[in-house]
Amino acid sequence: MKYSQEFRDAELGRALAAEILATVEPGRHYKVMEVCGGHTHAIYKYGIADLLPENVELVHGPGCPVCVIPMGRVDDGIAVALRPEVIFTCFGDMLRVPGGRGSLLDAKAEGADVRMVYSPLDALRLARENPEREIVFFAVGFETTAPSTALTLLRARAEGIRNFFVYCNHVTIVPPLRALLESPDLRLEGFIGPGHVCTVVGARPFEFLPSDYGKPVVISGFEPLDVLQSVHMVLRQLAEKRCVVENQYKRVVPYGGNPAALRVLGEVFELRPHFEWRGLGFISHSALALREEFADLDAEKRYQVPGVRVADPKACQCGEVLKGVIKPWECKVFGTACTPERPIGTCMVSSEGACAAYYNFGRFAREKVAV
Amino acid sequence: MSATREQEALALIERVRTRPARFRDAQITMAHGAGGKATLALIEGLLAPAFGIETLDDAAAVDGMALTTDSFVVKPLRFPGGSIGELAVNGTVNDLAVGGARPLALTLSLVLEEGLPAEELRAEVEAIARAAATAGVRVIAGDTKVVERGRCDGMYVTTAGLGRFDPRASLDSRALRPGDRIIVSGPIGDHGTAVMLARGEFELDAPVESDTRSLWPAVDALLEAAGRSLRCLRDATRGGVASVLNELAVASGVGMVVREAFVPLREEVSGACEILGIDPMYVANEGVFVVFVAPEAGDAALAALRAVPGCELASDVGEVRAEPPGLVLVETGFGGRRVMDMLVGDPLPRIC
Repeated sequence: MKYSQEFRDAELGRALAAEILATVEPGRHYKVMEVCGGHTHAIYKYGIADLLPENVELVHGPGCPVCVIPMGRVDDGIAVALRPEVIFTCFGDMLRVPGGRGSLLDAKAEGADVRMVYSPLDALRLARENPEREIVFFAVGFETTAPSTALTLLRARAEGIRNFFVYCNHVTIVPPLRALLESPDLRLEGFIGPGHVCTVVGARPFEFLPSDYGKPVVISGFEPLDVLQSVHMVLRQLAEKRCVVENQYKRVVPYGGNPAALRVLGEVFELRPHFEWRGLGFISHSALALREEFADLDAEKRYQVPGVRVADPKACQCGEVLKGVIKPWECKVFGTACTPERPIGTCMVSSEGACAAYYNFGRFAREKVAV
Repeated sequence: MSATREQEALALIERVRTRPARFRDAQITMAHGAGGKATLALIEGLLAPAFGIETLDDAAAVDGMALTTDSFVVKPLRFPGGSIGELAVNGTVNDLAVGGARPLALTLSLVLEEGLPAEELRAEVEAIARAAATAGVRVIAGDTKVVERGRCDGMYVTTAGLGRFDPRASLDSRALRPGDRIIVSGPIGDHGTAVMLARGEFELDAPVESDTRSLWPAVDALLEAAGRSLRCLRDATRGGVASVLNELAVASGVGMVVREAFVPLREEVSGACEILGIDPMYVANEGVFVVFVAPEAGDAALAALRAVPGCELASDVGEVRAEPPGLVLVETGFGGRRVMDMLVGDPLPRIC
C-alpha cells in the first residue's frame, strides 16, 4: 500500500502551490470545473482549496453518479424493493437518496429487504445463495462502474442464473458536459477531467472540449498531488494560450481507453434515446439500457416499473449547483430545509455531492483570505 | 456582497448545529443506532427530555456512586481480538472508567435465541467471567430471556455497571478551555474494522484485531499523573473519535483543531478504510479513549498513558480553541483544512 502515500506529500504540495501562484495573473479570476465527484471529495478531504490562490475557484461538476439520479428513478427502485420476493441491492450512497416518498433506507425500515453491496458481484453471489428470491441490483454510475455491471451480467448469463436482475441507471459523461457548455449562464475557463471514467473510455472523448468549446481539459488522478498538478496544468495552458486535452493521470489512463472494457459495454448496453438528469432535465443519448439480448435480466422489463416522473422540488436548486451557476450556499434551502440529515436535493446526499461536501468541509474556504 | 451572503449561510449552519437535536423521524432506521446525528436526535430529542436528564455523560452520579448501562448486539458474536462477552464487560467498565469512577460490579442480562448452541453460550459466559476478573469487577446479578429462532442473532447482552467516583478526578464535559490538549490513547478504528472484516462480506483480509480492553488501568494512571488537570475523558466507541470531539465541542462551546498526521492509525486499518470509503475517525473503538487535559499537564498525562499496556502509541493530536465554537477542524496531512462533522447515516451497522 505504498502507491498512495507518495501522492500525498505535503512538501511537494507546497512546491506545486507556489508554482500555481506564479502561473496565475493577479486580478484575473479563474473558474475551473472538476467534472468528477471523486475529485470534489478529494478536494475537501485534503483541504486542497487552502493551497490555491484566492482567485482560483474550483467549481463542482455533474460527475457524482448518485447526485444526478432523478427522484422518479428512486421511486421506481423503491417500488421494486418493496416486492416481497425481491432482495434489493445497491451501493451505500444510494440508500439515503430521497425519492418522491422517502429513501431506500426508509423502505428498508418499512420491511423491504434492501442490502448494501460494494460490487455487483456481491449481488450475484446473493442470487446464487438465495435461489428462491429475486435479486435486483440498482446499477448507478458513469462509464467507470458500467463495465463491472456488464461483466456481472455476462457472468450471470454464463452461469445460467435466472434470479438476478439489473435496474440500470448507468449514465455517460460527455452528453451532460455538452449540455452544460450549451448553457448560456455558464462561465468556466477550463476542466479537470474525470480520471476514473477515462480509465475506461480514454482521453479521446474529451477532445470536443478544446475543439468545439475552446476549453482546456486535463485528465486527472485522485490523490491530492494529482489534483493540484492538474489545476496547475490547466492554468498553464491558459497562461500559454494553449487549449488541448492533457493527461495528468498517465499512470492509469491510456489515451485510447480500455478496449476490453469498451467491448463488454458495447456487448451488454445500448444508449437510451434520452434520460432524465436531476436538475438538468432530459438529455439525449446520455444513459445506458440493457440490450434486447439481456431483456430477461432487465429489472425494468421484469417488474414493469411504474415509470413515475417526479418534478424536482421547487425550492431545490441542485440543477444550478450542478451547472456551477450558483455555489451550494447560494441555494435557497441550503443549510435550512436541506441538510445532510434531511436532504431535499441529491447534492446534499452523497458525501461527494457538492452541497454535502460544502456543508461538511467548506466552511473555512474563505478564512484563508484573512490568514 | 456574495462574501456576506456566504457568511450568512455559514452562520446559519452553525446555528442549526448547536441547536438541541429534535427527534422528528417517522420510524427508526439503522442510522439511529450508529452513534451519529440520528442517535443524538433520539437521545436529546426523545429520551433525555422524557426523563428530565440535563447532562449526558458516560456514567451518571447517584449518591456519590457512578451508574451506567450498555447493550451489545454485535454480529458476528466472535471476531478477531474478542467476542460479545468481552465487549459487554469492557464497554460498561469503560463507561465508568472514563467517567472517573473505579468499576466495582456489573449486572448481566442475556437475551438468547432459540437454537443457540450451548457451547457458544458457555464460551461467552466464560469470556464474561474472564474479562470481569481482568477488569477487577464482579458480576453480581442478572437475568435471562429466550426468544424464538430468528428473533435475535444468537444472543444480545446488556450489562449495568456500578462504580465509585475517584476523589482524584473532577471531570466535566462542559469544562474544556481554550489551550487544553487533546490526546488519543491508541490506534483508532481497530475494533470496527476487525468486526467488519470478520463478517466476510468484503472479500478483504487484513490482520486487524479488536482493541477491546478495560480502560481503568489507563484512567488510573492518568488520574495519578494529572489528577484535577484532567478536564474530561471519553471512550471513542460508536461514531469513533470524530463523534467524541464533536459532542464535547458542542457541550463546552469551544472549537478544536486536530492534526491528522498525529492521529495514531495502523496501516492495515487505514488501508481497509480507504478501500471501503470510510473515514477511520468515525470507526468504533472498544479500547481507545480521548483525553482533554489542561496544557500544563499535557506532557505528564501523555507520558503516564504511554506507560500503560495498550496505550503505548498514545498521541497528542491537537488542542481546544475558543473559535469556532462547536466545530472541529482537521489540519490534513497534506497541509489543508476541513471540518470534521458528526457522523451522518450508518457506515457500519451492528459493531457493538
